[in-house]
Order: sequence, then structure tokens, then C-alpha cells
Amino acid sequence: MKLFKKCTAVIAALMLCMGMAHAADEGPDSLIKRISQEVLESAKSDKDIQAGDQSKVLKLVEAKVLPYIDFQRMTELAAGRNWRAATPDQQQELVKQFKSLLIFTYSGALSQVKDQRLEYKPFRADPADTDVEVRSQVITPRAGQVIELNYRLAKSAAGWKIYDINVLGAWLIETYKGNFSAEISKSGIDGLIKTLTEKNAKLSLNYTKKS
Amino acid sequence: MKLPTPTSCAALLLLLCLGLVSGCTTVNSTVSTVKDRANRFAEQVDPFENVNRKTFEFNDRADKAVFKPVAQAYADTVPGFVQTGIGNFFGNLNDVWTGINSFLQGNVQDGFTDIMRVSVNSTFGFLGLLDIASEANMPKHKNDLGQTLGVWGVPNGPYVVIPFLGPSVTRDAIATYFDYYGDPWAYMRPVSVRNTGTFVRLVDKRAGYLGSFSLMQDAALDEYIFVRDAYLQRIAGQIETRKNYKQLRDEDEETQRQIDEDEAAAKAKVEAAAPKP
Repeated sequence: MKLFKKCTAVIAALMLCMGMAHAADEGPDSLIKRISQEVLESAKSDKDIQAGDQSKVLKLVEAKVLPYIDFQRMTELAAGRNWRAATPDQQQELVKQFKSLLIFTYSGALSQVKDQRLEYKPFRADPADTDVEVRSQVITPRAGQVIELNYRLAKSAAGWKIYDINVLGAWLIETYKGNFSAEISKSGIDGLIKTLTEKNAKLSLNYTKKS
Repeated sequence: MKLPTPTSCAALLLLLCLGLVSGCTTVNSTVSTVKDRANRFAEQVDPFENVNRKTFEFNDRADKAVFKPVAQAYADTVPGFVQTGIGNFFGNLNDVWTGINSFLQGNVQDGFTDIMRVSVNSTFGFLGLLDIASEANMPKHKNDLGQTLGVWGVPNGPYVVIPFLGPSVTRDAIATYFDYYGDPWAYMRPVSVRNTGTFVRLVDKRAGYLGSFSLMQDAALDEYIFVRDAYLQRIAGQIETRKNYKQLRDEDEETQRQIDEDEAAAKAKVEAAAPKP
């Protein structure tokens, strides 16, 4: 009898694991659609956010979007060859500051959401691909203004993660490469970290006071 | 076993010395190579950087002093449907030149769509105030002579910042001058009406970019470099897309077909597996 109970417990546990594994098998395009929809709906329906409460936008981004972004990779890509020249402490600080900047920027974009909607272009990828691009468009009511919004995702052990975003035809991390290398050639990696820290301090002022 | 000859010894020693020396200089040269590469890129792409930066700062001051406040006031006070109407009206005029350029680039399908857009919107859309065509599955495009020249293979030329108009490249800056002649509004008379219309058109356009501008200012560490790099990426991507429009369109259609087939197959499976009443 005991053995039977043990067997059922094991089988139940296995089935639960398989169920969870299936959820983790979410494709990159479904992932983008899901989190975009969740985030947009929350931003549109939340009265405080619509009234301009930036701190709430920040919380929304941290809860719904953060887990799916690979900040480490984004920072490495933006730093380019300079990444190797940085010490582990500098690298850690760089990731931390760049992450803050990106979160502030994304939250800023989100707080401008009023009545836009998203359309997705056909997703082209092999099921075996580990590096894909998801293409979408933001449709605004303004004279058919269409904003191109694409994502680059890479498959890691923890699932699909975003490592670059394309807005209006420009990849964000590619664009930051120029900024990073200019700062570094001016004042070194520490100078870049300092500039990022100061910028974040300024931006955080927008997100701590409630309107 | 053969003993190493003096010549091969010397060669080995030389290699070793070279290796050591180059190893030493590699570390220093990596740092300076990064700087050099950055500088060389800037020199190739943006040889007028000094002048461009000054123009960029001038545009920024003019924008803060005049254009942004006016656009903000416009966005805040003018009713939404009026703003949309104004945008649609001038958008419709843009479609004429856009269509001509689509044809010039060899994109016949887009060209015909643009012609249809102008026809439909000008008639059923009350002279373009309503954008009916977009809802009737005729997507709006935006094209100009600079893009056409790019598709034809004319290189960008150096990056330039045009007073008031903002980032551009030499090829497009020259082309913008000729874009003017493709703009139906340029032929509007009396001149006072034309000028007022142009002013409203520019204000409306600026109002459309209020959000993205402030976002850029938040995101950028060095606004000048950020705008330059983003802009160059953007037009390069646009020209690439226009050059390969046929292939991309076919790929999209093929993918959509596959998606539809998969969905139909999945649906059929579900229905087949459902218990019969």
C-alpha cells in the first residue's frame, strides 16, 4: 500500500514538472506578446499610471518585464571591446547602472502609453534557433504614425531573454555602443560609470515624487 | 635525430623575440586601437562633427525656445480629431511624392497602393482629412528622394545636421531640396495660405515627436552621438529593406501561410478529437 502511494506521489510530481517544463517552453514570440499585452493593459487600466504616477510604472516594469531581460548581455554588447578591459568590480557596477538607465528609459516610454495598439509581424524562425527577432509595430492614432518595435531574444538555460530592442529602425544597444566608447575614450570606464550614475540620479527624481 | 641548425635556431629566437615584443605592445595598442577605431569611424562618417555639433546645439536651443512650447500648446489645446485631421490632410499630400518614389525604387506594388490611398482619401476622405485608406488595408508608406537615391546605390556621404530640420546625410540633404518640388502644397496659392499651412504642418509634426524626443533625452548619455548613431542605423535599415522589399514580402507571405496552415491543422485535430454528440 505504502509503495503504491509512493508511486502515485512520484508520478504526480513528474507530471507537475512536465507541466511546468511545458510552460517554460513558451516560444519567444508568444513571450513578447504575453508580456507586452500584460504591461500595456496594466498601464492603460491603472488610474494612477494614467494620471502620471511614475513610481507605479517603475514597479510594473520591475514585476512584469525585468525577469525577461538579460542586462548582463546588454551591457557586455554595449561596452564592446572595453568589457574585457574592465575589472570584475567595474563590470558589476556597469551592469547595475546600465540596468537602472534602461529601466528608467523603458518606464518613461510606458508612461506615454495612452491609446496605442500593437501589431505583430509574422514570426520567422526555426524551432531550433536560439537567437531570434520578434517584430512588432506600435500603431498610434496620430495620422497613421507607425512605430517599428522589434526585439532580439536569446535562449538561455532560464528561458528566452531579451537582449536588444529596436525602436524606429535603430537597435538600442547598437546605439549605446557609440555613447559608451565616446565616454570611455574621454574619461575611462570609471568615467562612464560616473556619468551613468549621475544620469540615473537625475532620472530617479522623476520617479520618486508622486504627482 | 637531427640537431637544430643554426639558421632554424636563429629563426626560432627571432620569432620568440617578436612574440614578446608584440605581446608587450598589444596591451597598450588595444586601448589606443579602440580609441583610434572610434576616431576613425567618426572621421569617416562624421568629418564635419565640429560644425554638426554646433548646429545640433543651435537646433536644441531653438527647439526649447520656440518649437517645443508651440507644439506642446498645440498638442494640449487643439482637439484630438482636429489634430488627426490636420495630420491626415498633409499625410495625404505626402503620399503623392511617396508613391512616385516607390515607383522610382521599383516597388510597383507600394506605388499603386500609394496612388490608391491618395485617390480614396482625397475623395471619400474629404480631401484627405479622413484616412479611410489605412482602414481599408492600404498601409501608409513614407518615401522620399533621398531614400530613392540610396536604393539606387548613391552612398550616404558625410553626416550633416541641417539647421531646424535636424539629422541627415549629405545625399539626403541635397535630395530634400528637390523633395520640395514633389510636394503638392508647395504649389498652393495664395502664398499666405501656403505659408500658414506649412507652419501648421510643422507644428503638427513636432507635436507627434514630443514623446520620443523627451525619451531620447532621458536615454542618451551624449545626445549628439546618440541621435547620429540612431539616425544612421535607421536610414541604413530603411534602404536595405527597400532594396529587398520583394524578398521580404515573399518571406512574410510564406510565413503567414505556414502559420495559417498550422492553425487550421490544429483546429482540425481538436475538432476530430472532440467527442461526437
